[in-house]
Amino acid sequence: MTRFSAWNVFWNGLKGQKGWSRQWRDPEPKPHYDIVIVGGGLHGLATAYYLAANHGLKNIAVLEKGWLGGGNAGRNTTIVRSNYARPGNREFYEHSLRLWENLSHELNYNVMFSQRSHVALLHSPGAIDAASRNYNTMRMTGTPDAEIWDLETLKRTIPHLNYAPNARFPIMGAAVQKRAGTARHDAVAWGYARGADQRGVDILQQCEVRGIEREGDSVTALETSRGTIRAGKVAFAVAGSTSRLWNMAGLGKLPIESHKLQAFVSEPLKPLLDQVVVFGVGGGHFYISQSDKGGMVFGGDIDWYKSYAQRGNLPIVQDVSEAAMSILPCLGRVKLLRHWSGLVDMSMDGTHFICKTPLSNLYLNAGWNYGGFKASPASGWYYADLIANDRPHERIRNFDLKRFERGLQIDERGAGPDPKLHG
Amino acid sequence: MIRIPCPFCGMRDHSEFTYGGDGSIEYPPLDASKEEWHDAVFLRDNICGVQFETWQHTHGCRMWLVVERDTMTHEILSVRPAHPGLASALANEQEADQ
Amino acid sequence: MTARRLDKGGRIDRSTPVNFTWDGKALTGYAGDTLASALLANGERVLGRSFKYHRPRGIMSAGVEESGAIVTVGEGARREPNVKATMQELYDGLSAEGQNAWPNVRFDLGAVNGLFGRFFAAGFYYKTFMGLPPFEWGHGTRLWMLYEKLIRKAAGMGTASREPDPDCYDHAHAFCDVLVVGSGPAGLSAALTAAEAGRDVILVEQDFELGGDLLTDPAAEQQRLDLVRAVEAAGARIMTRTTAFGLYDNGAAGLLERVTDHIASPDEGIPRQRFWTVRAGATVLASGALERPVTFENNDRPGVMTAEAARVYLNRFGVLPGQRIAIATNNDGAYGIAGELASAGAEVLLADMRNGDVPETPSGVTQKSGVAPLRAIGRSGVEGVEFASRSGDSWKPAGKEPCDLLLVSGGWSPVVNLSSHRGAKPFWNESLACFLPGETSEPIFHAGSAAGVWRREDCLASGAAAARKAMGEEVEEVAPGGWKNAIQPVYEVRLPDSHAKAFVDYQHDVTGDDVRLAHQEGFVSVEHLKRYTTLGMATDQGKMGNVIGLALMADALGKDIPDVGTTRFRPPYTPVAIGALAGRSVAGHFKALRRTPLHDWNLRHGATMTDAGVWHRPWYYAREGEGIEEAYIREAATVRKTVGICDVSSLGKIAVQGPDASEFLNRVYTNAFAKLPVGKARYGIMLRDDGIVMDDGTTWRLGEEDYLTTTTTAHAGKVMVWFEELLQSRWPDLKVHVTSVSDHWAGVSIAGPKAREVIAACLAADEDISNDVLPFMGVARITLKNGIEGLIARISFSGELAYELYVPAGQADAMMNLLWPAAEAVDGCLYGLEALGTLRIEKGHVTGAELDGRVTIDDVGLGKMASAKKSFVGSALRQRSELLRENRPQLVGIFPVDRSQRFKGGSLLCDPDAVTGFGEGWITAVTHSPALGHWIGIGYISGGAAAWKDKTAVAADPVRSGNVDVEIVSPHMFDPEGVRMHG
Repeated sequence: MTRFSAWNVFWNGLKGQKGWSRQWRDPEPKPHYDIVIVGGGLHGLATAYYLAANHGLKNIAVLEKGWLGGGNAGRNTTIVRSNYARPGNREFYEHSLRLWENLSHELNYNVMFSQRSHVALLHSPGAIDAASRNYNTMRMTGTPDAEIWDLETLKRTIPHLNYAPNARFPIMGAAVQKRAGTARHDAVAWGYARGADQRGVDILQQCEVRGIEREGDSVTALETSRGTIRAGKVAFAVAGSTSRLWNMAGLGKLPIESHKLQAFVSEPLKPLLDQVVVFGVGGGHFYISQSDKGGMVFGGDIDWYKSYAQRGNLPIVQDVSEAAMSILPCLGRVKLLRHWSGLVDMSMDGTHFICKTPLSNLYLNAGWNYGGFKASPASGWYYADLIANDRPHERIRNFDLKRFERGLQIDERGAGPDPKLHG
Repeated sequence: MIRIPCPFCGMRDHSEFTYGGDGSIEYPPLDASKEEWHDAVFLRDNICGVQFETWQHTHGCRMWLVVERDTMTHEILSVRPAHPGLASALANEQEADQ
Repeated sequence: MTARRLDKGGRIDRSTPVNFTWDGKALTGYAGDTLASALLANGERVLGRSFKYHRPRGIMSAGVEESGAIVTVGEGARREPNVKATMQELYDGLSAEGQNAWPNVRFDLGAVNGLFGRFFAAGFYYKTFMGLPPFEWGHGTRLWMLYEKLIRKAAGMGTASREPDPDCYDHAHAFCDVLVVGSGPAGLSAALTAAEAGRDVILVEQDFELGGDLLTDPAAEQQRLDLVRAVEAAGARIMTRTTAFGLYDNGAAGLLERVTDHIASPDEGIPRQRFWTVRAGATVLASGALERPVTFENNDRPGVMTAEAARVYLNRFGVLPGQRIAIATNNDGAYGIAGELASAGAEVLLADMRNGDVPETPSGVTQKSGVAPLRAIGRSGVEGVEFASRSGDSWKPAGKEPCDLLLVSGGWSPVVNLSSHRGAKPFWNESLACFLPGETSEPIFHAGSAAGVWRREDCLASGAAAARKAMGEEVEEVAPGGWKNAIQPVYEVRLPDSHAKAFVDYQHDVTGDDVRLAHQEGFVSVEHLKRYTTLGMATDQGKMGNVIGLALMADALGKDIPDVGTTRFRPPYTPVAIGALAGRSVAGHFKALRRTPLHDWNLRHGATMTDAGVWHRPWYYAREGEGIEEAYIREAATVRKTVGICDVSSLGKIAVQGPDASEFLNRVYTNAFAKLPVGKARYGIMLRDDGIVMDDGTTWRLGEEDYLTTTTTAHAGKVMVWFEELLQSRWPDLKVHVTSVSDHWAGVSIAGPKAREVIAACLAADEDISNDVLPFMGVARITLKNGIEGLIARISFSGELAYELYVPAGQADAMMNLLWPAAEAVDGCLYGLEALGTLRIEKGHVTGAELDGRVTIDDVGLGKMASAKKSFVGSALRQRSELLRENRPQLVGIFPVDRSQRFKGGSLLCDPDAVTGFGEGWITAVTHSPALGHWIGIGYISGGAAAWKDKTAVAADPVRSGNVDVEIVSPHMFDPEGVRMHG
């Protein structure tokens, strides 16, 4: 496997690109693996990578029903941040951000993590206080880059936002995380896949799980479109499809609903916006950044109703465009190039699950709501730790399925047990 | 644009409605145990396919409706008032009409 | 390419010249021109620069698939980047310029990138730019951030304006039985068939003229006119300059109508564009087909275009696009244009890539067979073509020919994008070498070349058949195809081992080699290919390159095209201005704004407004020389000293009526309501199912079966919906009716020691609100002096002797015109939200800042209000262990140890020995308390005030103002016994 470097790019340029090989193998499934991860998205691939890299485990397969990274890995709006304030989430996302910061080097794959600042606009003194509480928490728990900006600082930094006094919600300041930003989403999936593959993990694409064989309270094998695969441990990482697999394992209900989240990209433009800008007030929700290719990448709320269809509808397209124009009124003549939709597991408190299950050798990673992309490094890291050691790390012990029975709701929004409200 | 045939108002765009949630949940009595309440409030079948779900015609008659809808295709198979009395009254009326 | 305008022919109006500028140069075209046809007629060749290598690009097509002539139109705030010159109608004064080039598209320093092209293979950026070259040393993102800056500058295409878009956009809605997309022969025929059958038909055409393919055939003009007239006569609604950009659920289609983009100076107030949502019973897609190029070396040079484009420029715009023209085709489609170009005076060489049967050579045309273009010669314009002939599975050189225009037809791709939006997966037709539209269970039908039907007569029949299907009839399909001689697919022509630049996706500079590199590195699925090479991700979304890319990947894999698959098209079909999607709901109209009935009265009396959720509410009423702080402190002090009046109309108000109303409230609220006497109010807290506090407010018993429940402003809508859900679906046996009366009543709070005196002065003669008649928490119907009838309740949020007075919204001003002079007479004041905050913080009353959706009734210190004698919503789940934990944060009051100091809301409360981590609590709100003479706050801290009795805490606010030592006190900071409000 050729190492990625400027030198090799140069050398292969001279050599007609002949030196590059497959970035990951296309192996035949083996009849048995010690660990089978179901789901070749970011979380599954990261988990496989860390199982191999952190825990030295080898006999691992990742099963992907389509092509790796074909789900939400390639459908999100690529924002990476750690501005969560609830205990549990706070440490988890901060750890994730730290992994992001060195991920290109760790994977030897440029995931283009651009720490360009995440700027959440604030529109009232109350909102400034509420954001300050969260950003104070960040400051005091190891996130030195959390800042509250006054209006002057904001105007100086992003002069073309809508500062008009007759705006529906005049801007009063911003909560800023400077180490936050965006990353090249597909590259993350490919980088983890390549890294896992290099360490011996079998990535099995076009391998759909169609049945789960159980013996008592353990899983013995998976029936797949590429044959039966026996497994020592089975780990789900199938955002959006978790309930379907859960049912296949005969496990009943979950605190999850599948919803769809739309995303949008404009035609490519010369640099127009250097930060991630976020708006959320008066029932509106909107986030925007510019990709390195120049497209304005943006999104808003989920479509409110439960859905497994990966396509959007017009009301949210309008909502999001209204917000876009209200925040950046120069976007009027910028054209929407494409909009699409992804399938998200919305949980009952807006927080995810990385935990053991009622079956002794089955593990669950699910319920990522909006947080899946930014979480993927830490998700893989802790999930690998859980699978390897068969016990949750201290930091993730509350990301279990039983937390609602205990009355613990890790609810950043305070929206209560209604999945659609955690968007 | 999902279009919902409201039994009271006729065919309307879904943006007039508010999605409620899983219509198959049977909420236990108020004095039921916290375990029963936990299951009703926190656990979902999360059906991929046809499910019953509640919507409110918020910007119309404000009635809560039970909608039978395919979550894969968004196709709507049936709609009835969530209030059982109203649902049966409406059904009787329709029967009488025929 | 030496294009010239012909003296006659075409649909342009030579009597109406149109002046425009290109890169500052004054040029002239004619009415009926597009920007592309006018530039072509003026001999402009290099119109753009490519994304990565900055290669010169010219006009490649005559339609939406254009990938070369992408320009910026307009100036200043009206500057629009990335306009396809082929789709821009010419108007007088139009100003256009080249983009992605410096200093200009004809001489672009960025072209230096081309020299390094061999290093810029697909995905090269994933392999470097991480650290210090050449071996990517280092950690973190610092170096990438430097590279990124340069990459971002080089990437992108046009430059957007940074000024607000000055134009307005409209939203419109329509319904129809049959929506027909496209007005070529198939579309016209479909619209005619359906309209004549009495269906309500909408026909949309993205062009400014109807006819599609008929527009480029002078001989078919009469047929076109007849069809259009018949469609009009049959009553179809026709929309030109309108693109159906997406299909959505239940027959909804999104259309974009370009209203003024072709007008030099549109009348003010006319929207620039209109975004239509059409709900159609059925949809006929007669969206045509797009001609494909072929990948060969330098196939992107200015002067290489599709054969169809030449036909459009010649027959529609009267421009002969070259003098010495080479045409390379693999199908019968290009034969017509070969003859037409020859008749127009060009020297034409027709090279058919096929061996075997081909149509008869058109007159005046030289023909070769079995040769395909291997290389375009020339740099900023085509000067010749080198041909290749087949040599086994590969190609070998077969001579050069000079030419100034190279037309290519590599086959046709039906426009299946719209049905693909609906998830209909297109399928590959081997003999036609194209994807045909996929199956769908929805009422969507394809017609004409969109269904792979090539011949005009067949298209007419296909349109009629599709319309009949749309009307629910069973009809026989018109079979796709129609060429006499079969197409012989050719996707790429190259010599073995050649690595010359041969493009698959022009806009993103994706070459055949890039596709092969993707294959070599394992990116073999369509989705991976697309993402790794960016093939099909540019502004044409793969309209030109997708099929070729698939074919090359299939070739690399040794598979057939259908085994490689096709990517799913996403809306919009062509890019749509964000302004149009937003419509009028922008600036001040973004999100509905709610005003209270007293809004104007408040403004007249000096109110400064603030956003409170979706409401505008009085924030403070500044007097001469006052800022917000002086104003609210004066207002709060005045309330405690004399009296103040506050607009509380935005509170939610719900009439709860019926024989079971008491039982309903008893279930909804944590405290008992069954025994609330008529004429009394009670403060209540309601929980969510999960036992967390949802909302609070007072409920007034107006009659035996008649209650008025008030909610917070923020949760008014939510609580109403909740009540309706409970009554309709959970407790249908309860005989209760709920009605939102929030908008019916205007409400004010009159608070302060002189409140009773002020109100009494405004009442009708026989009214009495003395303590005996209207004690604390008493409720009564009341008549004011001027005859207004309303409701009064003696309730207090401020802790003073206070009343809420409600009158019908229309009589709000009249009420205030009585009350305010009476208050003024006793030195009272009007007070806003800021002073309201001060008064409630002094009393430790909670609002939304404290009830943040995570706290229990015990956390706010009101646990005694949770009845143990009954069950209520949330009573089961509030018993979960985490919610009963002893040391949960409790509501407290906060004083600065040094009373001269201030602190801020959002500060964390910490143990002085551990000012780090999550702290022990937080401050939700602060105010300067005039009653206490210093800053105070309210918030939560572990264990509550009792646990902090003898120790100070630190209010830490590192993001703003630093740390302040504070005392933790009871939240009831002022008049804890409530003497004043009972007075």
